[in-house]
Amino acid sequence: MGSALSPVDACLLLLTGWIAVGAAGMLSPGRFGYVARFLFPLGAVIGLALAFVAATSLELPVERVTLLIGLPDLPFHLRLDPLSRTFLVLLGGASAGISIFAAGYFRKGQGTAPGVLGLQYHLFLASMGFVLLADDAYAFMVAWETMALSSYFLVTSQNGLPEVRSAGFLYLLMAHLGAISILLSFGILQGGTWHFTFDAMRAAHLSPGWAAAAFGLASFGFGAKAGLLPMHVWLPEAHPAAPSPVSALMSGVMLKTAIYGVLRVTFDLLGEPAWWWGLPAVALGLATALFGVIFAAAQTDMKRLLAYSSIENVGVLFTGIGVAIVFRGVGMAALATVALVAVLYHAVNHALMKSLLFLGTGAVLHATGERNLGRLGGLIHRMPWVAWLTLVGVLAISGLPPLNGFVSEWLLLQTFLFSHEVPHPFVNMLLPLGAAIVALAAALAAYVMVKFFGVVFLGRPREAALAQARDAGALEKAGLAWLALGCVLLGLFPTQVIGALGAATVQLIGTAPPSDASPWWMLAPLPERRVSYAPLVLLAVVVAVLVATSLLVRRIYRRPVRRTPAWDCGFARGDARMQDTAEGFGQPIRHIFQAFFTMNRELPSPFDRAPRYRVVVGDRIWRALYEPLGGRVQRVADSLAWLQQGRISAYLTYSFLTLVTLLAVVL
Amino acid sequence: MAVALAPLFLGWVNQCRAWLQNRKAPGLLLPYHGIRKLFHKDAVLADGASPLFRAAPYVVFGTMVAAATIIPSMGTGLPFASAADAIALVGLLATARVFMSLAAMDIGTAFGTLGARREMMVGFLAEPALLMVIFVASLICATTALPSIAERLATQAPALYPSLAFTAVAFTMVLLAENARIPVDNPATHLELTMIHEAMLLEYSARHLALMEWAAALKLFNYACIGFALFVPWGASTAQSGPGGLLLSVPVLAGKLLMAGAWLALLETLSAKLRVFRAPEFLATAFMFGVLGLLVHLLLGA
Repeated sequence: MGSALSPVDACLLLLTGWIAVGAAGMLSPGRFGYVARFLFPLGAVIGLALAFVAATSLELPVERVTLLIGLPDLPFHLRLDPLSRTFLVLLGGASAGISIFAAGYFRKGQGTAPGVLGLQYHLFLASMGFVLLADDAYAFMVAWETMALSSYFLVTSQNGLPEVRSAGFLYLLMAHLGAISILLSFGILQGGTWHFTFDAMRAAHLSPGWAAAAFGLASFGFGAKAGLLPMHVWLPEAHPAAPSPVSALMSGVMLKTAIYGVLRVTFDLLGEPAWWWGLPAVALGLATALFGVIFAAAQTDMKRLLAYSSIENVGVLFTGIGVAIVFRGVGMAALATVALVAVLYHAVNHALMKSLLFLGTGAVLHATGERNLGRLGGLIHRMPWVAWLTLVGVLAISGLPPLNGFVSEWLLLQTFLFSHEVPHPFVNMLLPLGAAIVALAAALAAYVMVKFFGVVFLGRPREAALAQARDAGALEKAGLAWLALGCVLLGLFPTQVIGALGAATVQLIGTAPPSDASPWWMLAPLPERRVSYAPLVLLAVVVAVLVATSLLVRRIYRRPVRRTPAWDCGFARGDARMQDTAEGFGQPIRHIFQAFFTMNRELPSPFDRAPRYRVVVGDRIWRALYEPLGGRVQRVADSLAWLQQGRISAYLTYSFLTLVTLLAVVL
Repeated sequence: MAVALAPLFLGWVNQCRAWLQNRKAPGLLLPYHGIRKLFHKDAVLADGASPLFRAAPYVVFGTMVAAATIIPSMGTGLPFASAADAIALVGLLATARVFMSLAAMDIGTAFGTLGARREMMVGFLAEPALLMVIFVASLICATTALPSIAERLATQAPALYPSLAFTAVAFTMVLLAENARIPVDNPATHLELTMIHEAMLLEYSARHLALMEWAAALKLFNYACIGFALFVPWGASTAQSGPGGLLLSVPVLAGKLLMAGAWLALLETLSAKLRVFRAPEFLATAFMFGVLGLLVHLLLGA
């Protein structure tokens, strides 16, 4: 790469590189070694380069480029600004880890041929990049649809299984409902000018009602992609169906493109959001967060559990966006900035930690062939690398200091604490209560993650077959380690990260997070409040105490360690099946939040020879909303079915009538 | 300082409790003897123990000590106080809890997982309640830094905060629950089906157990000091009071601890242990009290 290359050209080149890598796989789609060991690492290198280019150009001015392809009078407009650069860093950084992992992950003879898979995978990556770069509605929708379709094919790569096919169908349906809504939103945003470039949309002036409608449609459309309540139904179906690296990409990166879309429309295209838009966003976000985490606690399939946890995090992100809108609308710029920083920070965090966790489950799935938590256990002995790296992700997503998940949650809570200064009655009382729900969701997330890690990796193996489990290969370890490293670094250097996110907040709301005189290791986002957080110092204190104690204990009380069978209150006949299963560990949650679930229990009678216990936890929203809706659509479709006569003359008549009607309209 | 004092406080609570229950009280220094004795024993590890299990006591102890360094017990001029505010403190305590629960699940016994599950259940309800308590105090003082809150409350003209009264109730309930006290848990029980905290420590022995016990004592001490900082901050030395103030704050702290210990023992003696299923209701009440405190503050501005 020459220095003459501008960042936007470099990005374009790299995205094209991804497509080329995918296409190269089609040269010999059946050759496994070539695709897996050469093309996927190449894709990872491109991801790294993309993150590097975007990260080093964060502070540079906006760049535009117009491509020659596209519609006759609407060529593709691309634009590289701080917001898209921030998300490109996310895309490149997370996908580098995922691609490296994927190189070691895909095995021979599973579902789609490796070359085809590679093409879909890299098209998916490139389309996400183009979504971030697009600067007109047409280019955006093309990229958005490519993203939806390529990920659909990836989800259904093991299309022999009926549940995979139905999950894929549900995903495609929701993706298109969302896409229609986004399209309508763009239709409003052009404001009667019939220019569909984003620049025209920025310049268009909308009446408050139309602006609100555009915001609502965009939130619905992007919310359907992100998994906002009640459009979340596809997430827990599609994620388990997809191969793990694809789940990681979808959950870690693709959901963030939806967040990007909301930010782009709300703060950039609409310009001045009204403060009250934030309220439904906060309410929906909080409901989604709580719903997601409670359902995560009840899951027994590890990938479904993570999918619900993604729903929770999307809820947290929307809450942050809502708070930012409120603060922005009432003119409290400093707090709006912190809220927005919290959103961007959390988006990056979640990309890293959720990818890490999904890849961790992928490694477990490969080693054991099991996705059901109830048949795992004790894997920390067999797969120490995977276990310890996953532990980093677990601690990070539980929001524990000094890792990254805590920083964004801390920022969000800080902004909530000042929401009582919003100059609107009732709102200033209800908003601070949102902090209570965020806190509850965070604490529940820790519960969920202890369950996840404890049941999968700790304890005794619940099945004899687990003794044969082998640790992940070198490439897989490298992918996991890269993401875990990201979690640690983002946790330890929050000031630097926030400084880097500043460019995006300047673009969106015109203010940068205050850069005060505090030292580099200290995070103090609201100087006048005298609050600060220094993860490095905190870690240093803990580690110092830890090392000092262990040295002291070793020096003074040098006694041998004996190994014996577990004590277990003297209960000698305990076996691995007496540990808590996932159902058992989730029992308190099911008990406390009974009203949220529909539960079908199958209880054994005392006289059963082969007793079976089964509990199926269902989603009330599915029952209350989707099933009636689906039934209605079906009835309407049935009543229209008589149009399909199956005779060519009838169809010709339809064409003729259509032509006549059109002519009548035109003339 | 806190590290050394913590078992003493635990001993005092136990002593008060025994007195109130008409028992002959154990010595005040008994917790020290217990810890010393444990350190001198051979460590026994279960067969299935992973490195996580061995590391957990040190991590838990380390986080508790770190927490002690940022809680203003005697003075508000703490060297590490700017490293973490009250929210980070809650996070730190949560880290300890997560590690303890993970360690309890590590051996894979029925009791260990049972204890871990219950501990996390208590934790996920107690943590937001504690945060609510802290939020109310930080709304009053416009900061979440604990020393600043304590200083602000201690130095301003005495005022009655109805919201703090609600949160004080919430905080007491959280303190009881988080420190494995009656009515949520019983520190003296080894009756298998009712235990929470003890169930998690079942497989620990010798120095690991000593560290865990010590960390538990430290946790109780920490919670008491958080309570002092929020509700009775008077007497702690502030930036203005100089070295004399620090000297004076030692007997003040001792006095507060004596009172708190007696109060805790009284509460424990007066209440009965709840069924585990009732514990969520107890904690949800605490959470509601915290939220009520917040609402009261927002409504009355006090």
